[in-house]
Amino acid sequence: MTLPMGRPMREVFGETVSDLADEDPRIVVLDGDLGSSTKADIFQARHPERFLQMGIAEQNMLGVAAGIATMGLIPFISTFVSFAVVRPLDQIRVLIAQPGLNVKITAGYAGLFTGMAGKSHQVVDDISIMRAMPGMVTVSPADDVEAAAVIRYAAVHEGPIYVRLVRDATQRLFDESYRFEFGRAVVVREGRDVTLISTGAQTPRVVDAAELLAAEGIDAHVVHVPTIKPLDEEAIVTAAARTGFVITVEEHTVLGGLGGAVAETLADRRPTRVKRLGIQDAFGESAPNDALLEMFGLSAARVADQVRGLLGAA
Amino acid sequence: MKPRAAPEAAPLAPAPAVDEAEFDRLREIARRIRVEVIRSVDHAKGGHIGGPLSAAELLAALFFRVLRIRPEEPDWPDRDRFVFSKGHSAIGLYAAMALRGYFPVAELLTFDAADSRLQGHPDMTRLPGLDMSTGSLGMGLSAGVGMALGARLLGRELRTYVMLGDGECQEGQVWEAAFVASRYGLDRLVAVVDHNRLQQYGWQGTGPEHRLPPHRPGELAGKWRAFGWRVLELDGHDVAAILGAFEKAQRSDGRPTVLIADTVKGRGVSFMEDKFFWHTRILKPEEFVQAMSELGEPVEAVGAR
Repeated sequence: MTLPMGRPMREVFGETVSDLADEDPRIVVLDGDLGSSTKADIFQARHPERFLQMGIAEQNMLGVAAGIATMGLIPFISTFVSFAVVRPLDQIRVLIAQPGLNVKITAGYAGLFTGMAGKSHQVVDDISIMRAMPGMVTVSPADDVEAAAVIRYAAVHEGPIYVRLVRDATQRLFDESYRFEFGRAVVVREGRDVTLISTGAQTPRVVDAAELLAAEGIDAHVVHVPTIKPLDEEAIVTAAARTGFVITVEEHTVLGGLGGAVAETLADRRPTRVKRLGIQDAFGESAPNDALLEMFGLSAARVADQVRGLLGAA
Repeated sequence: MKPRAAPEAAPLAPAPAVDEAEFDRLREIARRIRVEVIRSVDHAKGGHIGGPLSAAELLAALFFRVLRIRPEEPDWPDRDRFVFSKGHSAIGLYAAMALRGYFPVAELLTFDAADSRLQGHPDMTRLPGLDMSTGSLGMGLSAGVGMALGARLLGRELRTYVMLGDGECQEGQVWEAAFVASRYGLDRLVAVVDHNRLQQYGWQGTGPEHRLPPHRPGELAGKWRAFGWRVLELDGHDVAAILGAFEKAQRSDGRPTVLIADTVKGRGVSFMEDKFFWHTRILKPEEFVQAMSELGEPVEAVGAR
């Protein structure tokens, strides 16, 4: 009943981008001195001449990627979310998003799982920041299968794209027959009582929560949103109409992320009761992964508890 | 008030020989860049003045002598790349590009206007011929490093030039880029620092109108040397010195090269020279007439105000 574990997305990143480079000589990887953590080291071993060590200097790294992109090459940025998004944000804005340059910001260590590095390395608001930036695309895959598909998509996407990858092994939601479609949400469980919408590695935990609820007679409809921008508004509206009550769940702040995007869409197009579950305007902290999920109400059991409570209160 | 149209002229083509006639030609181009800067900023009723004026000879040398470019084919893949990191001086760049034939000189009067290709800071999505959008200071050298690395990976012989301001060299990203450039031995990367020794507001010196330079005397060259660059110091208004420095920069010694070009902010207009407050300022009518007169622009071309 509980979804099985998949492989760490970071390993999938290193292997997939190396495979892509076997076929496409334009692909290069820029590392911010974290190749052994992000598994960009796999790429270095396979394509040493196209592995560009940029050192601990991320503002420059994003700018170098912009310059490389103007030459017709396809740069993949590899570092942690904290150093790929937040630290070099103005470089992304001015040098990448405004000119629309073909840079792939494939950042590891998304969400709470940072090997217990704590709040300095846990970025709780990257979705909010990147989806608010004009010209930027934001994708948050659910598992290793989807991560590989998203990285493959990023290579052929024209223009800048931000991909959030998780450090540790997380649960596998999809089998090998899954086909990622850019800009499309996926119904991963049909139900009638309440609509649960999630993204990233939180989606498998929401699916598990839905099974816990099913055992109690609550039939949840679950939608996975890998592409947060551009958002699949039709899927959101349809899923909301199905049950009349939407609960968003994300391993991310509830301010402006997936929950914000869903609430904005429904407010505009089909006013529906919405509750946003996730990190409630707080920073993270150092703790084992399971403890973090409990702490922020993101484990399957805690999500099921909250949904049950909300339905009881309805 | 009707706009004063710029006199239309055929694009000036690069000349082969480096002799006194060539120096005179570049001096005349620099003069015309200054005239167009003053005309455009006055027309737009806003814009930067001091920085574009200090960079005029450097821009003339780059666009009319140094850069291997094709104005009629701005996307020519093997062109030299040029990144204008001191993006706030955009009107100086636009004047040089217009005179070189990228677009009509008359278009300079659209600077800062709605729908103009000539944005307040260079926008590569609007204007063909720009190799990078800039405006947030300290970023251009990183882009240049990327172009030089990309050219090396692709086996292209082109060179990459980046112009920075000296105030801009306070940004940490400049030094991140300088470090990586020397680490990779990017000997086909040339930085040019318009060392006009004033920034927008800066540190106050002996009185309200006096400002200390962005870097203490002699310090800037030492910083670039410490980051592993070959440093060439020169008079940034002496066209012969400029061409000599660029020629030397093209002979590789395995390092990236920086030209630290000593210049005067507001150069060419007496009341603007070395005055920090002419970084941006709207000209009064009498100031406009005097500036044009000092730049040797015929009175009839100034037109009625």
